[in-house]
Amino acid sequence: MPLTDSLRDDILASVPSLRAFAISLSGNGDRADDLVQETLLRALANIDSFQPGSNLPAWLFTILRNLFRSDYRKRRREVEDADGSYAKTLKTQPAQNAHLEFEEFRAALDKLPQDQREALILVGASGFSYEDAAAICGCAVGTIKSRVNRARSKLSALLYVEGAEDFGPDETVRAVIGGSGG
Amino acid sequence: MKLQGLNSRGNVEQVMKEVKSQAGKTTGPGKQGGLNAEIQSRIGHQLRAMYDDVVRQGVPERFAELIRKLDVPKPEPQVGNAGDPEDGRS
Repeated sequence: MPLTDSLRDDILASVPSLRAFAISLSGNGDRADDLVQETLLRALANIDSFQPGSNLPAWLFTILRNLFRSDYRKRRREVEDADGSYAKTLKTQPAQNAHLEFEEFRAALDKLPQDQREALILVGASGFSYEDAAAICGCAVGTIKSRVNRARSKLSALLYVEGAEDFGPDETVRAVIGGSGG
Repeated sequence: MKLQGLNSRGNVEQVMKEVKSQAGKTTGPGKQGGLNAEIQSRIGHQLRAMYDDVVRQGVPERFAELIRKLDVPKPEPQVGNAGDPEDGRS
């Protein structure tokens, strides 16, 4: 369909969640914004192929997700968030303890296989239905469900059960694995 | 989908503090199912806190301008070959 004012507004309204998706996927704020920019350019260049009345956010997320994956194949994780560039994108810097906790979560999320990470983010954070998430990822609904479940289990193990060595025996981990026996 | 804009969720700091204090009260082994549900709920909170913190930043001027500038559709846009949006499933 042609680029109407209302379609442009809708695209604009999707930008915040596109950025959140891109940052969640890549863990890198600068790279995420480049991804969003390329997504918008492609979307606008191909706007004629967008079906009026269909799910615009899902269409945009699909473009971003495919861009990320083709980019990912090239880079093979050579760019990590080693300097905490994700944290710099936050407007409000969390306090020390909360910040550490946040970094732990971020690190655990990065350890998930990509398929699981994107499924978890789409369903657990972006708020897409399993059906929409399956369409975005180009797989079956059952596959998405199983990826989300595996992602949750793995995060749980990394953060709250087996994570003691990786993350240090902080209160959270002790409380969960050690109980009151210490 | 609903676009999660400004909402009532706390910022990362608040959520992380909550998570931490809840974790401190966890009584430990002995109620595996309940514990697991609690952990899953914490993970859900952390994930959304991380995500919504970015959503709340709104639209950076860079993108607002980009979309405004590309107001007029170009006749023959050059598109690369990766990530073709028409075929979303490489």
